[in-house]
Amino acid sequence: MLLIECPWCGPRGEHEFTCGGESHIARPPLSCSDVEWANYLFFRINPKGEHFERWRHTHGCRLWFNVARDTRTHAIRAVYRMGEAPPRTAP
Amino acid sequence: MKRYSALSLIEQGLRGQKGWPPAWRAATPKPRYDVVIIGGGGHGLATAYYLAKNHRVTNVAVLERGWIGGGNSGRNTTIIRSNYYYPQSIALFELALTLYERLSLDLNFNIMFSQRGLVVAGNSRHDMETIAKLIGAMQLLGVDVEELSVEEVRKAVPALDCSPNARYPVWGGFRQRRAGTARHDAVVWGYARAADALGVEIIENCEATGFERSPTGAIKAVETSHGRIACDKAAIVVAGHSSVLAAAAGFRLPVTSYALQAFVSEPVKPVLDVVCWTLATGVYVSQSDKGGLVFGGGLDLYPSYAQRGNLPIAQSVVGTLAEQFPSFGRIRLLRQWAGIVDVVHDSSPIIDETPIPGLYMNCGWGTGGFKAIPAGGYLLAHHIATGRSHDIGAPFSLNRFRTGALIDEAAGAGIAH
Repeated sequence: MLLIECPWCGPRGEHEFTCGGESHIARPPLSCSDVEWANYLFFRINPKGEHFERWRHTHGCRLWFNVARDTRTHAIRAVYRMGEAPPRTAP
Repeated sequence: MKRYSALSLIEQGLRGQKGWPPAWRAATPKPRYDVVIIGGGGHGLATAYYLAKNHRVTNVAVLERGWIGGGNSGRNTTIIRSNYYYPQSIALFELALTLYERLSLDLNFNIMFSQRGLVVAGNSRHDMETIAKLIGAMQLLGVDVEELSVEEVRKAVPALDCSPNARYPVWGGFRQRRAGTARHDAVVWGYARAADALGVEIIENCEATGFERSPTGAIKAVETSHGRIACDKAAIVVAGHSSVLAAAAGFRLPVTSYALQAFVSEPVKPVLDVVCWTLATGVYVSQSDKGGLVFGGGLDLYPSYAQRGNLPIAQSVVGTLAEQFPSFGRIRLLRQWAGIVDVVHDSSPIIDETPIPGLYMNCGWGTGGFKAIPAGGYLLAHHIATGRSHDIGAPFSLNRFRTGALIDEAAGAGIAH
């Protein structure tokens, strides 16, 4: 069971949250090519290791935030707000 | 290869079972192969087997990071069926099912394919509308499905709670009689043994770590934990780890890796002689030959490479099963585990050449790769050997994410993966 630190509600169990996938994906302008649009819509880093991802406290305050989590161990290294830059990668 | 037969069983029985040769040789890598296949699961081994058998390409190595049958091939719930919605998917899964039907003879290895039938229960008026749509599409394309009334579901699955007050009331369902289960280890062992007999070398405990490319950009060698292995062509057939090897080769995939859990109970007397799946909950269950109830449900819904599974989903799946099958409520759970599955947005596989010439891939099967092993191997072998995709494999291109020609089985057949 993951314990996730919601920036507004504090630590809660993972069943209160929804993962929204990879974070920091910038939407390209509508004039972009089909390849750029496909990359934006479908193609993902899907790393084995640290992943910067969006989560929502669905059964709580319902707000979105970012999490830096290791996909091998599920350990959460950092929680940070939407719009903030990702924390520096762990050594 | 020493053929298995009733006579060989008797002969070995008289010798105290001490004369069986190993099913495949323990190979050490040669400096060069025509084709290197990365991933010694069902799909990778089947690819090697069909390369050798159908296309006479026998200078082939299969690299397996762990041991044969230790990944998803040894972690699935062994269900084989072909009840999909779109014609492309039905052609693909019918090919797999048809190959499975004669696989024991083909491989000279008993894969214990038991066509006990699949019964899918609908739990609402909307489910019944979906079922009517699905079986209409499937019957038009020749899949053996039939609609079932509530009474027929109850008769086929007596343990399922079909009472009016059930938490998940049963409104009816459908059945595919040719569906069933097979012994998952036997499928990989059978392919490994048959491929080995045709000259394929199977190299276990050998991890692919990178790729070497020629000045033209084409694949030249695979870098591994056992050193460099030169090749004309290579294929990535590694399910949940597809993105990791794609990153090593310098491209991205429309894949996200999730953990999918499975469970088995203590063995009990025969209580369920079909595979049963319910639309409202996505929980599926069958009974193994040893008597254990083998079951599973949905994915752990965040990206993961940890092969263990989380507690909330485990509780949900086990609780739902006990709710739907009241008599299972006091059976003890024997084991729980997870495999890492490669989920794509339209829940359909990718069988294609990658952006790197000479490097091929087979991935994106999500939660349903086991049932497709013969087809995945057959179609990828065709693509590697001929340089062109097979007609059945062509719709499952990587390019469909750019053209928009998705085969959306998540919407079509309600398949979660």
